[in-house]
Amino acid sequence: MSEETANGKGPLGVEGPSPAEAMEQMLEVYPKKTKRKRGKQMLLNDPQTPKEIGANSRTVPGIITQRGCSYAGCKGVVIGPIYDILHITHGPIGCGWYSWLSRRNMTKIRAEGETNYLQYSMSTDMQEEQIVFGGEKKLKEAIREAYEEFKPKAISVYATCPVGLIGDDIHSVCRDMKKELGINIFGFSCEGYKGVSQSAGHHIANNGVFKNMIGLDDTPVEAKYKINILGEYNIGGDAWEIDRILRLCGIHIIGTLSGGVSYDEICNCHMADLNVVMCHRSINYMAEMMETKFGIPWFKVNFIGLEGTKKSLRKIAQYFGEKELIDRVEEVIAAEMAEVRPVVQDVRKRTEGKTAALFVGGSRAHHYQDLFQDMGMKVISAGYEFAHRDDYEGRDVLPHIKVDADTRNIEELEVEQDTERFNLRNTVERKKSLEDSGFDFSDYEGMMRQMAKDTLVIDDISHHEMEKLIELYHPDIIGSGIKDKYVIEKMGVPCKQLHSYDYGGPYAGFKGAINFFKEVDRMTSTKVWKLVRAPWHEDASGEASADAELANASV
Amino acid sequence: MLEGTTSEIRERKALRVNPAKTCQPIGAMYAALGINGCMPHSHGSQGCCAYHRSQLTRHYKEPVVATTSSFTEGASVFGGMANLTTALDNIFTIYDPKMVAVHTTCLSEVIGDDIPMIIAKAKKDGKIPEDKIVIHTNTPSFVGSHVTGFSNQCASTIKYLSKSSGETKNVVNLFPGWVEPADMREIKRLAGAMGLDYILFPDTSDVLDSPQTGYYKMYPDGGTTLEQLEAMGDSFQTIAMGPLCSQAAAEQLEKQCNVPAKVIDLPIGLKATDAFIDALRVAGDVSVPEEIDKERGRLVDMISDMSQYFHQKKVALFGDPDHLISMTQFLVDVGMTPAIVVTGTPGKKFERRIHEICADTNPDVVALAFSDIHYLHQWIKQNPVDLLMGNTYGKFVARAEKNLPFIRFGFPILDRVGHRAFPTVGYAGALRLLEKITDAFFDLRDRNDSDENVELVL
Repeated sequence: MSEETANGKGPLGVEGPSPAEAMEQMLEVYPKKTKRKRGKQMLLNDPQTPKEIGANSRTVPGIITQRGCSYAGCKGVVIGPIYDILHITHGPIGCGWYSWLSRRNMTKIRAEGETNYLQYSMSTDMQEEQIVFGGEKKLKEAIREAYEEFKPKAISVYATCPVGLIGDDIHSVCRDMKKELGINIFGFSCEGYKGVSQSAGHHIANNGVFKNMIGLDDTPVEAKYKINILGEYNIGGDAWEIDRILRLCGIHIIGTLSGGVSYDEICNCHMADLNVVMCHRSINYMAEMMETKFGIPWFKVNFIGLEGTKKSLRKIAQYFGEKELIDRVEEVIAAEMAEVRPVVQDVRKRTEGKTAALFVGGSRAHHYQDLFQDMGMKVISAGYEFAHRDDYEGRDVLPHIKVDADTRNIEELEVEQDTERFNLRNTVERKKSLEDSGFDFSDYEGMMRQMAKDTLVIDDISHHEMEKLIELYHPDIIGSGIKDKYVIEKMGVPCKQLHSYDYGGPYAGFKGAINFFKEVDRMTSTKVWKLVRAPWHEDASGEASADAELANASV
Repeated sequence: MLEGTTSEIRERKALRVNPAKTCQPIGAMYAALGINGCMPHSHGSQGCCAYHRSQLTRHYKEPVVATTSSFTEGASVFGGMANLTTALDNIFTIYDPKMVAVHTTCLSEVIGDDIPMIIAKAKKDGKIPEDKIVIHTNTPSFVGSHVTGFSNQCASTIKYLSKSSGETKNVVNLFPGWVEPADMREIKRLAGAMGLDYILFPDTSDVLDSPQTGYYKMYPDGGTTLEQLEAMGDSFQTIAMGPLCSQAAAEQLEKQCNVPAKVIDLPIGLKATDAFIDALRVAGDVSVPEEIDKERGRLVDMISDMSQYFHQKKVALFGDPDHLISMTQFLVDVGMTPAIVVTGTPGKKFERRIHEICADTNPDVVALAFSDIHYLHQWIKQNPVDLLMGNTYGKFVARAEKNLPFIRFGFPILDRVGHRAFPTVGYAGALRLLEKITDAFFDLRDRNDSDENVELVL
């Protein structure tokens, strides 16, 4: 162990230096400019009055970021999961290939004759010739061939880095082909260099879905309580578990944006009476635009964790305000908790007091703190790859966020009230009276209000900072992604992938919580870490050589 | 599963469906990881680097570290010089590699960044420490495939680093091509057993199969060292395995340092391993030790023991050209019938080689370059086969075709672990492949046969 541990337990409740010192140590190696930039992206938390964090700013070149690109945020995350749209990547082969089944947004066909296109990777496989002479002709031909081959209901086209540079106009190609083939065809200008991360792609995707799909089908939905779940991508079956619970309560989901969802459901989802938002970062644009256009109110929910799930169910019931629903929700909670409680009690015996750190995309670094809390574990540090200040500090900072040069070119849609359809539901009055009684709409308090005082918040964490964090505090588990997983585990710390769930799940809702508790229990109590040292290295000289190895290993 | 796929084959000129290739930079990244103390650097927007690292990590279950220039829209319009310069400053200050190997993406290729100029300027401005090295290769994603990127990285590394001192040493260069760390280890074992002094490049063993010690090493012990890379110019011969992966590097070294090159197939299967051992024998003027003869004999023994299960079994294969050429030859040698062999990598030479190999046993073999798995699948629907071989993406085809026996072979394998632990090259690797093939057939029989037909002995 390092010298710093001689201080005993620090403010984080674990052995190690003070978090302020830790921040110093993380920053000291950096060149001056990098140090200044990174210094703005980390802070000691104050849950009462969250401090300003330098989020959603450009990545420092060469720092080893976890971040991906705008194409990944648009095609990979938001639109890609819609299973009966045929998705064509316009670009060289890589982008389409890497986003082929690598996110676990699960899908099943629900109606006879449907096709799940997510098992396919489709691309224009751009060659040098298209770079030189333009790729519009090939894109048109690819759309024709795709239609001939699969006869889909809709086709979407995604731009990659070179497309913007060579000046292919994918939107005019889509318009022409829509006319020619008579199906819905639309494009997304989600070139990888736009914005500073996946986040730009979310925004571009939201705009495209709103313009090209939402509101196309006005068929009324026969159900008493009709809602949409926004920003839920059904990783490992999460959306199915949420759907199961809501069904038990008698609540009907028209559309989940966009895990396991079909094209028709999205076109029809403006018939709902309420939008609830899971992933605030990726879909808050849609929630706002749907409210402006159709008058559908929204609020934030969290179906990750027991308290979050209960709170979310109760809030939905309170919104509809009918006793029948409020009672039913309590019955469901009681029945589900009867199953969960013994698991929590058992697992807590081993997890109580253990520590975790979370560095995940743009929402789970917050959501999963609930699940760790359920197990009596402490989150000592957390951060997002690409969230904005509102996800850290809460939506009340929105008016104060400055849009910088890197994000300025991401289109903001001008949305107006739909004169005919705005008043289709009776929500406006209900919303008003609820608000008067203290009910929060369009709310998100952000991650930092939930984190303990002086915990470390690190935005767009670098490889170096992650290594330092482990060296200083050796958390019992880290939640992160595939690129970090084996780095962290080589350092003797288990890493739970909170993007792919390590190919398990669901982790949402009640049954998901059980899965997660058992998984974290396994990972934090596995014997493998005790097997690392060979028995012949266990004598005194062996330990000396291990220390030497440690000194050599530090980078 | 794949319910949109019908047996009707329509000609496609523009739409790629389920590619049997990916793009150049991931190959360059893999090759650069085979250099000791080297940080691969992706000069483009950061999504590429994230994707390439993720996919290599999923394949190896190992840390794969690389840096990126993280282009923004501004850099995409005005050029990425500032980004690369800042990156180099940060990389050397924070992560202290011995070397940085820069590759490009479609973005920086389209805007035409002059990488050698940027590197030279960074060096002049003191952003690259005196004792450190930065090399580069151009890897446009719209040309060739991931294999091309591997080849480009290998050739460029030699161009930058290999030198001839004028004195030829009794050392042979071995270019293993794009194979697994376990394969590289096996190639070294065989060369060692033949008694040769060799330099292997690239060498990802002990990089992408590093031990769990509780301590993370950003630059693991493995990888071809700078000294070795320089010294390759003094070797008396290069044996380059896999023409597509290794020929360009071998020719570069020949041109630059007069080291004669012998290009052979990847040593997968019996005859290709024979060619490798023979090339070592001739190069080193040594005799083949008895232990290698015995290894070969054990392989031939298993082929003859199991012949009844291989005879005229029809196989569909997809993957990378160098792998497929050797594997097709091996299947023919054990009595099987390659029926369709598909690669996503462009190049007519591949099609010619496959036709040559199959000329005697199956002149009707379908060999296709610049094609895809969707085409392969449709073809299988029309012409059922007994076995499918290819990377992980083949499992969907295998399942769609009523659990067609399927063997994972090539890159990437995202859903099994054996490939990183055991070689497929050499006689030992061939034994393992035969075991996999027979296991696949026998498992199918044991699962599907009626009770009265289940055999105790096979």
